[in-house]
Amino acid sequence: MKAAVLVFPGINRERDMARTLRLTSGREPAMVWHAETELPSGTDLVVIPGGFSYGDYLRCGAIAARAPIMEAVRAYAAKGGLVLAVCNGFQIACEAGFLPGVLMRNARLKFVCRDIFLKVERSDTPFTRGYNAGQVIRVPTAHGEGNYEADAETIARLEGEGRVIFRYVAPDGARDPAYNVNGSTNAIAGIINERGNVLGMMPHPENHVEAAIGPTDGRGLFAGLVEALDRAA
Amino acid sequence: MKARVTVTLKSGILDPQGKAIEGALRSLGLSGVSSVRQGKVFDIEIEGGDRAQAEALLKQAADKLLANTVIENYRVDVLG
Repeated sequence: MKAAVLVFPGINRERDMARTLRLTSGREPAMVWHAETELPSGTDLVVIPGGFSYGDYLRCGAIAARAPIMEAVRAYAAKGGLVLAVCNGFQIACEAGFLPGVLMRNARLKFVCRDIFLKVERSDTPFTRGYNAGQVIRVPTAHGEGNYEADAETIARLEGEGRVIFRYVAPDGARDPAYNVNGSTNAIAGIINERGNVLGMMPHPENHVEAAIGPTDGRGLFAGLVEALDRAA
Repeated sequence: MKARVTVTLKSGILDPQGKAIEGALRSLGLSGVSSVRQGKVFDIEIEGGDRAQAEALLKQAADKLLANTVIENYRVDVLG
């Protein structure tokens, strides 16, 4: 795995992400500043991490989505390159048009910072091959604007094409509005693009990979990516 | 030239911030407010004096950055 982590002013989860990538792949990721116009050669995973790029000015992710490096990421993704976009990264990916829809203010207006439960809807993507379809994982979440919304047609398409990858659920995997922490349409927590090479998700799997600090349910995502990329290499 | 771009949420889009403001107005005792939708206003200075050109430029600015047209509408006013 040759990962590149994008760094924007105001991002604050890039080091957690880099640490997790190092732990799970054994390789140090490249940290790529937003003003760059090219990704390091041979990059096979681009990670857009979480944080508060540009202090969430204008709209979450709006300004970062127009940064010079994003054109390089767009070209890379158009060729099928894998992109993992987490939290503010998901907002940036939506603003950049890599993924449909938008992340709006949490329906209950509160910043949600706690562990939540996700149902992994599919295991046949490069991002989720480390899980079983239907598996429930526990990962942390920390956001004020994670309420996924899109027009009815887009939601129907996402559902119909199996592009909803993670959903907020109760610990036993049941759909329950009480566990839909931000009021997302259909409890959507993560989606992939049409081609299946760009994943956006609000929760932070990178923060649950070490037994010393709690559950390790996030590990499957990264272990699966490493396996997928090593197989491709 | 001075211009103003007004960005508003499309109808049907949930606006929790507007709802909170609506509640706050009610708790101030200001009755008669039936709903609040929050938006944004951008006051922009444009170089040159060509109105049509200014409008075209601001439309581009709104489409590319100022508004997210998935959820927002915008209006461009060149004030002269």
